[in-house]
Amino acid sequence: MEKGNSTHPVGAEAFNKDKKRVAWHDKALWFVREKRDKAAHQIPEWEQLRELAAQIKAHTLSQLDLYLEQFEKNALKNGIHIHWAKDAEEHNTIIADILENHQAKKVVKSKSMLTEECGLNPFLEQRNIEVIDTDLGERIVQLADEKPSHIVLPAIHKKKEEVGALFHQHLHTQKGASDPAYLTQEARKHLRTKFLNADAAITGVNFAVANTGGFVVCTNEGNVDMGANLAKVHIACMGIEKLVPSQEHLGVFLRLLARSATGQPITTYSSHFHRPKKGREIHIILVDNGRTNQLAKPDFKSSLNCIRCGACMNTCPVYRRSGGHSYNYSIPGPIGAILSPGKDLKKYSSLPFASTLCGSCTDVCPVKIDIHTQLYKWRQIIGKEGHLPKGKKTVMQLTGKVMGQSKTFSMMSAIGKKILGGPKVLAYNALNPWTEDRDLPSPNFTFKDWYKKNKNNE
Amino acid sequence: MKIGLFIPCYINQLYPQVGISTFQLLQQYGEVEYPISQTCCGQPMANSGCENDSIGAIKVFKKAFEKYDIVIGPSASCVLHLREHGVNIFPSAKEVIDKTYDLTEFLFDIIKIKHINATFPHKVALHKSCHGLRGMRLESCSERVKRAPDKQKKLLKLVDKIKLVSPSRADECCGFGGTFSVTEKDVSVQMGNDRLADYIHNGAEYITSGDMSCLMHLEGLIKRQKLNIKVIHMAEILASNKVMVPEEKEILETSNIH
Repeated sequence: MEKGNSTHPVGAEAFNKDKKRVAWHDKALWFVREKRDKAAHQIPEWEQLRELAAQIKAHTLSQLDLYLEQFEKNALKNGIHIHWAKDAEEHNTIIADILENHQAKKVVKSKSMLTEECGLNPFLEQRNIEVIDTDLGERIVQLADEKPSHIVLPAIHKKKEEVGALFHQHLHTQKGASDPAYLTQEARKHLRTKFLNADAAITGVNFAVANTGGFVVCTNEGNVDMGANLAKVHIACMGIEKLVPSQEHLGVFLRLLARSATGQPITTYSSHFHRPKKGREIHIILVDNGRTNQLAKPDFKSSLNCIRCGACMNTCPVYRRSGGHSYNYSIPGPIGAILSPGKDLKKYSSLPFASTLCGSCTDVCPVKIDIHTQLYKWRQIIGKEGHLPKGKKTVMQLTGKVMGQSKTFSMMSAIGKKILGGPKVLAYNALNPWTEDRDLPSPNFTFKDWYKKNKNNE
Repeated sequence: MKIGLFIPCYINQLYPQVGISTFQLLQQYGEVEYPISQTCCGQPMANSGCENDSIGAIKVFKKAFEKYDIVIGPSASCVLHLREHGVNIFPSAKEVIDKTYDLTEFLFDIIKIKHINATFPHKVALHKSCHGLRGMRLESCSERVKRAPDKQKKLLKLVDKIKLVSPSRADECCGFGGTFSVTEKDVSVQMGNDRLADYIHNGAEYITSGDMSCLMHLEGLIKRQKLNIKVIHMAEILASNKVMVPEEKEILETSNIH
């Protein structure tokens, strides 16, 4: 079957050229998945907690307009500046304007998948603004001029030796060094000077609370706090789906987030921001960028429940063996495969097929997004809109015809038996690429043959 | 009870012995008939994004099976597909689909068997097919805190002399995934090989499952690489005293047909 516009199989094939790396990548992420399992199993009410989180999200999304206005009102009352961005371009422009107003040329940025989604870094760099990613993993991929391959573990695809070489090149660490403690220490020193000299700090938002106007950013490295507390201006970028109605709902999500992400009971830092310090500014950019479109699709709106824990990636047997870059979207893995088609159906049409529909993503999802069902539903839309590889569509039409007629099915079954029973070279040519690595059985009778002959003797 | 035997297309074609075992097992519980007009559940088309191309298959299914009290197939995957999507694809098949069950569900939930006359003196690993595991909750799932009844494991434990071995990763997908096995060949093969290494490492002589499609993929890899492990559908183990042990099966098959 042709690969057509299937970008994921192409990326996956490239990743699978290095078998040792695939095994290593799989093992590293499986380790995280197992940590998550242990953490989840320590909470007897885990499944109820997931259900509660899903219901809070469903409720919030059902009245998102009201909660957003409430949030805006309360945040403004607290002295926070609120900006609304309908798309990536507006988001980036608003940030560039804020930075220009403060003549900010040096920016430190903590992890924010939204700024990845909007392509903020290249946008600002073109305007001669230095943007330093301060999350260690993000700094690694930034130095390597790559994109994150995972939303929680952006540099999970890099081995420590590769990080050592990268740091040697950019941060002048010892040649050949690969000790994580040493490399982390050096990164820390390097980032300290960046924090101290930053004109502005950009952060993401994990949760925003409608009834207080405050927001929470979770990290393990404290880089959000270093950035936001030192710089004069703090710009927080948030997708409009990040809201929860009130402070009491936060606990549900904070309990779920880190356990699902890394198996920790909670992130090392859960930093709450409510109002700027004297003489400082906090700006929040509320970004749509396709979210209301997704919200309008009943089959797919629950994808907006996502709290970006990455658990679906760690559990996904396909993600673990194809790497985040094979998805070619800012959010890889199963969740990326249901978010991306809403952005560009044709471009990302291979992603919903990068799954065996095993359903593990749905089972680990802390906010109960029915990810594998949505993958299946996107497949149908991709089929209807004509974005399937041509060969695949033809084969399915033919198969459908055969299976729709008992007589044709019997005839094809007899032919199939002949082909499989005949010379392997012929059969296997027709069935390539199944048979490049796998045999097929070639029994000399079908069950139907046997039944017709034996039904009366049994 | 008039039982309609649903034999998935690929089992009919490639694994007739699984059909035979299922037929012989079911015969203990009712009058079993295999309607020869049946074709397929339509999953290959639907999972490929072509639900519309699968309507014909479900129509044939409905027509073939509507006259039975109950319809049983040795495949969680095909039955789950009919249940989860078949009803949407062709709503008038709902009544038939509502009385269609996977073999494990039939034996465990409906017949509630407590004893079985079967012997299988081998080390066996249960490969929990994803559709049985997560779709039907036949077994407990490592990522879920809520436990399931472990129906397949309990059925296998009824078999005399069987020794169940556990893999290191309790329930990872084999990588078959229908057309995924072809369109995402590299990942599919890697997933399959990883599963095999796990089962072999833990000393299994046989891998069994309620879904032959997983086993077809795994067996394809086993045979190509000449690995020292075999696959066998659960129905074959449960009917082991009826159909004879797998080693002798070839003789039976040949004598039946020729």
